[in-house]
Amino acid sequence: MNKTLKGKVHKYDRDNIDTDVIIPGPYLKIHDHKELAKHAMEGIDPKFPEKVSQGDFLVAGSNFGCGSSREHAPIALSQTGIKAIIAPSFARIFYRNAVDGGYLLPIEIDGSTVKKISDKDELEIDLAHNKITNVTKNEQYPIKPFPELIANIVAAGGLVNYRPA
Amino acid sequence: MAGITITEKILARAAGKQRLSPGDVVFAKVDKVMMHDVSGPGVIKVFSEWEKKGIKLERIWNPDRVWVTEDHFVPAADRVSAENIIMLSNFTKRYGITKHFKYGLGQYGICHTLSHEEAMVLPGEVYVGGDSHTNTTGAMGAFAAGFGHTDIAYVLMNGQIWFRVPETMLFKIEGNKPAHIMAKDIILQIIGDIGTDGANYKAMQFAGGVVKKLTMEERLTLTNMTTEAGAKNGIIEPDETTYAYLRERTDARYSPVSGDSDAHYSEVFTYEIEKLEPTVAKPYSPGNVSAAREMQGTELDKAYIGSCTGAKLEDLREAARILKGKKVKIRTEVVPAAQSIYMKALKEGLINIFMEAGAVVGPPTCGACCGAHMGVLGKGEICISTTNRNFPGRMGHVESQTYLASPMVVAASAVTGKITDPRDVGN
Repeated sequence: MNKTLKGKVHKYDRDNIDTDVIIPGPYLKIHDHKELAKHAMEGIDPKFPEKVSQGDFLVAGSNFGCGSSREHAPIALSQTGIKAIIAPSFARIFYRNAVDGGYLLPIEIDGSTVKKISDKDELEIDLAHNKITNVTKNEQYPIKPFPELIANIVAAGGLVNYRPA
Repeated sequence: MAGITITEKILARAAGKQRLSPGDVVFAKVDKVMMHDVSGPGVIKVFSEWEKKGIKLERIWNPDRVWVTEDHFVPAADRVSAENIIMLSNFTKRYGITKHFKYGLGQYGICHTLSHEEAMVLPGEVYVGGDSHTNTTGAMGAFAAGFGHTDIAYVLMNGQIWFRVPETMLFKIEGNKPAHIMAKDIILQIIGDIGTDGANYKAMQFAGGVVKKLTMEERLTLTNMTTEAGAKNGIIEPDETTYAYLRERTDARYSPVSGDSDAHYSEVFTYEIEKLEPTVAKPYSPGNVSAAREMQGTELDKAYIGSCTGAKLEDLREAARILKGKKVKIRTEVVPAAQSIYMKALKEGLINIFMEAGAVVGPPTCGACCGAHMGVLGKGEICISTTNRNFPGRMGHVESQTYLASPMVVAASAVTGKITDPRDVGN
């Protein structure tokens, strides 16, 4: 995998950011992706969609995306422009949905690394070398490599395009 | 080499392997797949995107192994919900899916409730559903896990999906169950102890003398809430209770699986049930638990007895036992989890008890549990609920609050209007 992503950080420094705050229940009937984006993170920060530019990153605490299996959650976030979520751990269904749907990258880092990253920092994610460069602070952080299958699905752009070897 | 658990055995059989170990990633065959009126339209959208890419789907993998429910937005909450259901009906018709449980057309209800009530899933099977609480059905001795709609669409096309074999945490519940303790108290205490990510990516298996004696419906409450600890699946080895429950509902044949007696568990926890208290999970996390008596006196606006977690027949029976001959002091809503359960409750006189107490009884729906419709909470309202989740905004306004508890605690609290231990109201 040879891929570098560059973007600005939106930091929500708390654990267990759940699917009910990422995209509240009443919007589950909506299946228009652009419409969903208007309500991304509504339970935490209703202004979130306006703040995000194409290619940005969301940095958060552990167990990101816990709760429901609603694929609306990674869809809404990715439609705002978010390309990766950087957190110490993810809830399993959110992680699967993000990867298998090809919406955005769930990037796992140490809890101590989260503390080093500030809101609005410019980051470069280097998947080939499993590292993040913090351009603003001139620092580098390791990221947890994707397991082989996940890396292959990510490279294929989602499960539909992936063909087992 | 140590033996393997029931979860590892079921997945190994489905993957065509002799054995699997935690951490292995495999493609495994799926026996049953479910989608509802939220995940279904998502699946349909994925199908239409595939068609745009030239992937034409004349037929799906196996329509007889797919079943569909209308539960989150029924009765149709508005025009969009109504149109989602039309879309779902067109899809099941086009692909020959006959097991479509329709609102207002005989048996219907919450997907996880129908999974056991209609014996849609059998011991030893691999079952995936487009809903996070699919874990519920693991109490039948199946591997049951929740997925998003892209994965469900993939299964509809291919009949298989990738799994990472989870480690298994074993929870042994021992002792003699006091009458005021329900499965809900056990699982809330466990989530309080291990945390809402305490079982992330893992299997939670329940065993021990108490679990052995629990009824099928109570076992289902344990597995239902494994989702709230982050578990991939919850599971209970099938036994005579499971088989008797199934005999009343199906003639289908199945091949059950049990773990090896020397199976390796990543962790083993033992609970003495006599030490447990009627428990509540305070806002805003299922892991934020206290004894109900510690929260005694907390003023409430609403009591809700509903959902796949807390509106099965026995949940209604226990709530009715407390409400019989009493009046509720706060708005109380009872929503049986399926049409068949509603009818059984009616025949047993439970619905009468609820209505004479002053509660309203509504048609089966997920509506209020997920804050979608049919009784959402307003700003600042405080609810005690038999449901499974109490994140900010889960049941309505982001500044409303939900306390999760057993049907007994919720019924006792409805009577006093405050959080109340069932031992403190009589009956």
